[in-house]
Amino acid sequence: MLKIENLHATVTDSDEVILKGIDLEVSPGEVHAIMGPNGSGKSTLANVLMGKPSYTVSEGDITVDGESIVEMMPDERAHLGLFLAMQYPSEVPGVRPWQFLKAAKDAIDDANGQKKTSVRQFSKLFDEKVEEIGINLDLIKRSLNEGFSGGEKKRNEMLQMQVLDPRIAIMDETDSGLDIDALQAVADGVNKMRSPERSFVIVTHYQRLLHFVHPDIVHVLVDGKIVETGDASLAEKVEQNGYRDYLAAQRNGK
Amino acid sequence: MTTQDRLTISRESKLDDAGYKWGFSTDVEMELAPKGLSPDIVRLISEKKDEPDWMLEWRLKAFEYWSKLQREDAEPRWAKLRYPDIDYQDIYYYAAPKSFDDAPKSLDEVDPEMLETFDKLGIPLHERERLAGVAVDAVFDSVSVATTYADQLEERGIIFCSFTEAVQNHPELVQKYLGSVVPYTDNFFAALNSAVFSDGSFAYVPPGVRCPIELMTYFRINTEGSGQFERTLIVADEGAYVSYLEGCTAPIRRTSQLHAAVVELVALDRGEIKYSTIQNWYPGTKDGQGGVYNFVTKRGITERDAKISWTQVETGSAITWKYPSVILRGDNSVGEFYSVALANNYQQADTGTKMIHIGKNTKSTIVSKGISAGHGENTYRGGVKILPGAENATNHTQCDSLLVGDQCGAHTVPYIEVRNPTARLEHEASTSKVSDEQLFYLMSRGISEEDAHHMIITGWSRNVIKELPFEFALEAGQLLKVSLEGAVG
Repeated sequence: MLKIENLHATVTDSDEVILKGIDLEVSPGEVHAIMGPNGSGKSTLANVLMGKPSYTVSEGDITVDGESIVEMMPDERAHLGLFLAMQYPSEVPGVRPWQFLKAAKDAIDDANGQKKTSVRQFSKLFDEKVEEIGINLDLIKRSLNEGFSGGEKKRNEMLQMQVLDPRIAIMDETDSGLDIDALQAVADGVNKMRSPERSFVIVTHYQRLLHFVHPDIVHVLVDGKIVETGDASLAEKVEQNGYRDYLAAQRNGK
Repeated sequence: MTTQDRLTISRESKLDDAGYKWGFSTDVEMELAPKGLSPDIVRLISEKKDEPDWMLEWRLKAFEYWSKLQREDAEPRWAKLRYPDIDYQDIYYYAAPKSFDDAPKSLDEVDPEMLETFDKLGIPLHERERLAGVAVDAVFDSVSVATTYADQLEERGIIFCSFTEAVQNHPELVQKYLGSVVPYTDNFFAALNSAVFSDGSFAYVPPGVRCPIELMTYFRINTEGSGQFERTLIVADEGAYVSYLEGCTAPIRRTSQLHAAVVELVALDRGEIKYSTIQNWYPGTKDGQGGVYNFVTKRGITERDAKISWTQVETGSAITWKYPSVILRGDNSVGEFYSVALANNYQQADTGTKMIHIGKNTKSTIVSKGISAGHGENTYRGGVKILPGAENATNHTQCDSLLVGDQCGAHTVPYIEVRNPTARLEHEASTSKVSDEQLFYLMSRGISEEDAHHMIITGWSRNVIKELPFEFALEAGQLLKVSLEGAVG
């Protein structure tokens, strides 16, 4: 359902090219892992898929069910069923997680011609997920992400992902900086959401998360290009050897 | 005075200002005194209200003082506000609905068109009367139209009426407290108001009584070129409590309108007054034409263990000059100021507070949130003064500015004067923009750009808005959204 063709992207208003021709096809039900060294462009790819304005697509296309989304605003992409679990979610003072998520769900439902969830129904769903993911109840009374630890922010991203129920879930280094409990909580959340209709694109530096969430397909991204694609065993290979060989090959190639 | 213009005012309201949701005019017959200000006009106003001699004398003294200031060119110009000179002789100082002489005894007697006006404003009086538990003293231009909940209040000895009625029926209270916090010599606009004030509200809560409902007044300015000069006086006697809400909208006008109000609050020992304002007067066009000039003097005084809390959401007016203040005279008394001021398009706001600590262990809190958008200019001007006798006084000031776009301005001018070494003062200030990261975050969840902006801005204003009574808080959120339309995106 998600198709990326010859995708080139730059930092907006600059000549700095980060993505240099990416091709990727994600079918319903698949879990793709995108691995790569620091600076390879994997976080950029995640953000470009969601339409972050600080990047500009200079060439190529991204389609969902055949429809190009390159010109769409982030909210329109969300309405289509895309979701990005952020690496560094913003703090939004004075906005409660509940209020934020209800507004988001209402906006998505509204765009898809569905009825708004009643406050009662929504609260029930919200409370269930909060408990399931193990979010500290004090946190959800605070402002969105304000004063949250790294792990708490990531759990909060998982909460949003589960409540918004996207078709294409993109996770940008959700595993970085997590302790083992939080990592397990994130993995449980993803595994529970796996279904024949839903796809995941998991961007990660380490293989850690992939011990708990088994990917169908693994890609290695180096210098804005996918240099190798394989099954789950590729992730293990990367874990053993690191990115040295890829980086060496890249240098030699130049 | 013999010449009185009787006009039926009927004007177009469909101007090019679709942005102002509450813009319309009402076709009500008005009674106008001639333009300009003189002792005769002051006498006319007083006579129209059938005022006692002491009231007229006070007005005339105020007029004399104002005339002196006028001759000395003492109109304050220290604020960071730019506006053309005001011609004080080109303004109507008296306008009353024609039916004033036979004032309505109940809502049934109120001019139906006037009721319709309130409906457009979203104040269905008869509904609110029943449902919201709010007593409404509706000031339509200058004369009170309806007062509700009188019986409930009367039972407890609470007086809540128009200022004019208070002068007639409670002269001893008015004489005792009028000008006790803001004397007519206080400043240019206070002197002007004292000379020509048209009407306003009066509330008195007797010792130990907690007012069971929020007292509410709606002010509107409705006559082209007529200044409105309200005078409000609220007294919480010893151990009394009262919460007062003031909400304002005004119809669209092409010419600028002068508005100079005075509000005085007196909280006696252990008394508490909570005063909340939503100010949404016509801000002028997108290009900065017209709009209300709002020069307001608001001040309260606290005796021992008393508390006064000001909360304001200021989204309207072309020019705002307003510093709700507290004189903390009694020991252990508390003053608070919570403010959200928004300046969009070509609006200019110079607003803040003064906390004057006289008593021991006095405590004040200032939370000011200024939002600037379009070409708006927003200045926080605040003074904290600790006098020598104010042992252990504390003040906490938080002063935040938010910029929307890159054509607007935010300025912070704190004055701090400490004359007692035991005082503790904290001042925090910040200036921020709605960040692209925040916007992207919210939008990536499906929220539209405009709603995302609104959510970020109301969230940012939250610790002021939460000080408002519940119904007001909802309205304030809506108002911020409507006022920012077109500023984002």
